[in-house]
Amino acid sequence: MDSRQNIKRLLTLGLILLSCLVLFFAQGFLSSFNIRILNLAAIFVILGASMNLVLGFTGMFSLGHAGFMCVGAYVSAILTMSPASKELIYYMEPIIPPLANVHWPVFPAIVMAGVVAAFFGFLIGFPALRLRDDYLAIATLGFGEIIRIIVTNTITITNGSLGLKDIPSIKSLWIYWGFAIATIWILKQLINSSWGYAFKAIRDNEIAAEAMGIDVFKHKLLSFTVGAFFAGLAGALMGHLITSVDPTMFRFLFTFQILLIIVLGGLGSLTGSVIAGVVVTVSMEFLRFVEQPINLFGLIIPGIPGMRMVIFSLLLLMVILFYRQGLMGTREFNWDWILDKLGVARRKERGVA
Amino acid sequence: MLKIEDLHVYYGGIHALKGITMEVPENKIVTLVGANGAGKSTTLRAISSLVQPTQGKITFHGEDITKTKTADIVKKGITLVPEGRRIFANLTVLENINMGAFARNDKDGIKKDIQRIYEMFPRLKEREWQAAGTLSGGEQQMLAIGRALMSRPAVLMMDEPSLGLAPLLVKEVFRIIKEIYSQGMTILLIEQNATAALQVADYGYVLETGNIVLQGPGKELAANDEVKRAYLGKA
Repeated sequence: MDSRQNIKRLLTLGLILLSCLVLFFAQGFLSSFNIRILNLAAIFVILGASMNLVLGFTGMFSLGHAGFMCVGAYVSAILTMSPASKELIYYMEPIIPPLANVHWPVFPAIVMAGVVAAFFGFLIGFPALRLRDDYLAIATLGFGEIIRIIVTNTITITNGSLGLKDIPSIKSLWIYWGFAIATIWILKQLINSSWGYAFKAIRDNEIAAEAMGIDVFKHKLLSFTVGAFFAGLAGALMGHLITSVDPTMFRFLFTFQILLIIVLGGLGSLTGSVIAGVVVTVSMEFLRFVEQPINLFGLIIPGIPGMRMVIFSLLLLMVILFYRQGLMGTREFNWDWILDKLGVARRKERGVA
Repeated sequence: MLKIEDLHVYYGGIHALKGITMEVPENKIVTLVGANGAGKSTTLRAISSLVQPTQGKITFHGEDITKTKTADIVKKGITLVPEGRRIFANLTVLENINMGAFARNDKDGIKKDIQRIYEMFPRLKEREWQAAGTLSGGEQQMLAIGRALMSRPAVLMMDEPSLGLAPLLVKEVFRIIKEIYSQGMTILLIEQNATAALQVADYGYVLETGNIVLQGPGKELAANDEVKRAYLGKA
């Protein structure tokens, strides 16, 4: 192999080591508040990347992400809570027997949450994916809300609108970012496989994709199910971060927050989702000061709750007006680009013999 | 080798094809001409299973493919170059060509075929790494044809390949059609440009509002006044 390939491999290794180092020091020196924000950022990275798979790479305008998160959060919570705290929390109506005594370790429970969410994704995708564009958006939005309403009403399983508390807490950056990095890696492999190319072909032109012999429905269903899997995973992590879940957390407005991230980052770019996921989550916290009363050179502005969202709305408007592709468009981070900028010689590799 | 018998297609209440019977023999160019809405594209879409006929039978090498799924029809060797080019705009030219081989698994064969396509369309090679959406209309049509050839079809169906192209490029498209044909391909061609299509075709069918009104060897039809009448849609 040529030197360029070796350099790239070294750089990738270096980057992995560097991120481990950053995580190590962040875990050791940051305040627990800041660690919590970074953990939330990891969750939004997973959400952004998985919704981007569905919307940005496969071109399906689906708005059911919050619903799948809801499924994931509840599955992991019910599986990991101790039987004793279940008895305490389900005081209105006791939990049904088979679930009362399950007490799984956290890791398999989170994966199971993804699997159950994926199953729901499959069930919903089967009828809904026959629609496209706005109709699909409306249908998935509806299904997302249906999930939430079912959760509110199946009291013997989910404790209804009282929600669940006492979910085993996870505080470690390693777990959240570990899941985030694994998600990105898996999605990247998927997108660069022949399935991924089929997704992109379907996004660009469904009729042509079908004429090329791509089974459009099967691929759409696959993309949708994988998206639901990671949404469930992120929902589970959210539960363990906050240590309580209730159905109102997963209103459809939540989906729009993820939509904001992927539009800002670029539809069809995982890199964009990662960057925008971190930036939006972190600034969502640090922009809290705009909701405090501000004394601007004698002009006193009273604190207005919700001002942060105004800033994001303005940002979104700017992006849509002047930078329609988002931060990254459909481009991805790659070493070649950086090496080119640094002037490292490139072997004439593109003239395929 | 491709036979269509008494094919009826409805779009909701609209009776788009009213019993078409036609045949595409091996190693021939067959063309379907007719005005807008005559049912030309619908015929191709029905062969590809993109629409389901309500009545009639489509056979390929004697095998009934009326209800076969599109993906399997491509595997059997019938590929459609859809109307209006429909390239994958955000993928590169090479990725587009590779998508054409989606139903295939033989890596070496695919590599060879890519080279063959590049020889046929040197412009595509020049633009290998460019997003296909940045190509000109003519180049996009070349790409659409090249992409379809990547599935190694036995029958290539082309839906208005000269649509929206400058006269010089239309000539180029017909030159390519003849070239592909001379390499032993069977072609089913749809055209609004009836004169040009009938010139290259071995056999032609003239469609009018869902019915075949005339058929015969291409050159004969080209000279026929009746064709001009049907094509222009005058009563």
